Amino acid sequence: MDWLGLGPQEWTAVRLSLKVALWAVAASLPFGIAVALLLARGRFWGKALLNGAVHLPLILPPVVTGYALLLGFGRQGPFGSFLAEQFGIVFAFRWTGAALAAAVMGFPLMVRAIRLSIESVDRRLEQAAGTLGANPLQVFLTVTLPLILPGILAGTVLAFAKAMGEFGATITFVSNIPGETQTLPSAIYTFLQVPGGEGGALRLTAVSVAIAMAALVVSEFLARRAGRGAGAD
Amino acid sequence: MFSLDVTHRQGAFTLDCRFESAGRLTALFGPSGSGKTTLVNIVAGLIRPDRGRVAVDERVLVDTARRVALPVHRRRIGYVFQDARLFPHMSVAQNLRYGERHIPPAERYARFDHVVDLLGIGQLLARRPEALSGGEKQRVAIGRALLASPRLLLMDEPLAALDEARKAEILPYVERLRDEAAVPILYVSHALAEVSRLATDMVVLAGGAVRAAGPTDAIMQRLDLLPEDEQGEGGAVLDGVVASHDETFELTVIDTGAGALRLPRLDAEPGKRVRIRIRARDVMVATERPRGLSALNVIEGTIRTLEPRAGAAVDAFIDCGGQTLVARITRQSERLLELSPGRPVFAVVKSVSFDRGGLATFRTR
Repeated sequence: MDWLGLGPQEWTAVRLSLKVALWAVAASLPFGIAVALLLARGRFWGKALLNGAVHLPLILPPVVTGYALLLGFGRQGPFGSFLAEQFGIVFAFRWTGAALAAAVMGFPLMVRAIRLSIESVDRRLEQAAGTLGANPLQVFLTVTLPLILPGILAGTVLAFAKAMGEFGATITFVSNIPGETQTLPSAIYTFLQVPGGEGGALRLTAVSVAIAMAALVVSEFLARRAGRGAGAD
Repeated sequence: MFSLDVTHRQGAFTLDCRFESAGRLTALFGPSGSGKTTLVNIVAGLIRPDRGRVAVDERVLVDTARRVALPVHRRRIGYVFQDARLFPHMSVAQNLRYGERHIPPAERYARFDHVVDLLGIGQLLARRPEALSGGEKQRVAIGRALLASPRLLLMDEPLAALDEARKAEILPYVERLRDEAAVPILYVSHALAEVSRLATDMVVLAGGAVRAAGPTDAIMQRLDLLPEDEQGEGGAVLDGVVASHDETFELTVIDTGAGALRLPRLDAEPGKRVRIRIRARDVMVATERPRGLSALNVIEGTIRTLEPRAGAAVDAFIDCGGQTLVARITRQSERLLELSPGRPVFAVVKSVSFDRGGLATFRTR
């Protein structure tokens, strides 16, 4: 497995990054779909507020988001201590924390893509499904969900790419521990801090670029299909 | 038996309708903006009326007084939309079977093979909706609605988006549906030719209110109820039986209560029941049997009433052996011929004036 000339520490970082990004995306997807539905279809007080909160990580400096996570989900934080006591889930200085930071940072991208595809669904198709005897949940599962699937895939790919590249919030929240929280960007950063580390940094950069490009291409392709498939019949 | 009595406000428009119908195909007829689509959406449950009650047979769909309002998916009302609305992510077969699984097995009366056969869509089953023509889409949409085993079928201008050729392709299927399917149909249309061909009963809507409701032949004679630009399209609707074909001249003779009528060759077996619409503007009136006239149909009758209409027109209602023909003539002709109720006359109809849209095979149960 040395065709890229990656050393064991470098491989560890790549594997960890993939694990963190996959978990971040998988765990946030149900919330992403729910929030996108709320924003696309819901009419409630505070909708603008929710929209703002979801997009906040996109606008804030990542370090600020990371620090906020530390305050909230650290050992002493209100959510962190609650989750640790009740469910034994610990985020501080663990790979789970890196996944949380990645999920929060990728969330706006995921919600945006899914929301757009929900808004492009022809609601008259859902009406038709209703007249055929399907209750609202069945309509969602058999008509809405299949029609927004390309948007969900696109959002997932974007969030995954963001999670792979997340650095600021992660390093602020869970530091830079090899094998635990040292993801690709953190590893590259570390390489650049030591003399003679440029080779490793360059190799990991190549891996990052490859993964990001692949994600973008897939996302573009899916977004285009979503535009065609979900339109009116 | 279908009954409806609702009031609903939508902006400046007020719908206030009340009618009942036991017909197999009841046409909701009226110009655009008369409230037809709002009405069927209320029946389907897509719109909740401000006040009123809708029931199919004994089953109440909505009754604002008793605070009853079944949700759309529990109404069992099939809905064929003007724009088909097939699910783009499913094949034709999947579209057709969509409603089936939501219906309790004991209440399924529509059989897949039978419906596919009825609508002639067997060769389309594996295709995707995007690969269908407009007419095919509409037939699949009808099949999909039928296979949900509805208790009432709503058809909202299902032919309006199609060209004449596609309409002609679908009309026979709607006729078969009316004659063979076990479900009453509420059919929205603003085209009188379509209504006179398909409907057993009709409800005329104007400005959100019911102007008239009853059997099609009775309503079609009331030209004054029809929109002004369509009044010439109204007239008599006669039921008859194909007597024989005249191959030399490519004519068909049809026996009606009013006598034998000759019209261009029909594609129907002798003995088959047919319905003929004779437009009021195509009927001439003569006080003595005309001679040297090209028109083939000269029918003896007696003037029953003369009803003056707007402008120069008068509608003459002529009793012909129990059936009524309507002739739209001018007031000047009325004066010149000294027409009056009780006077024997001859109604003259050109054979070629029977338009194909007004001719329909019609099976009575």
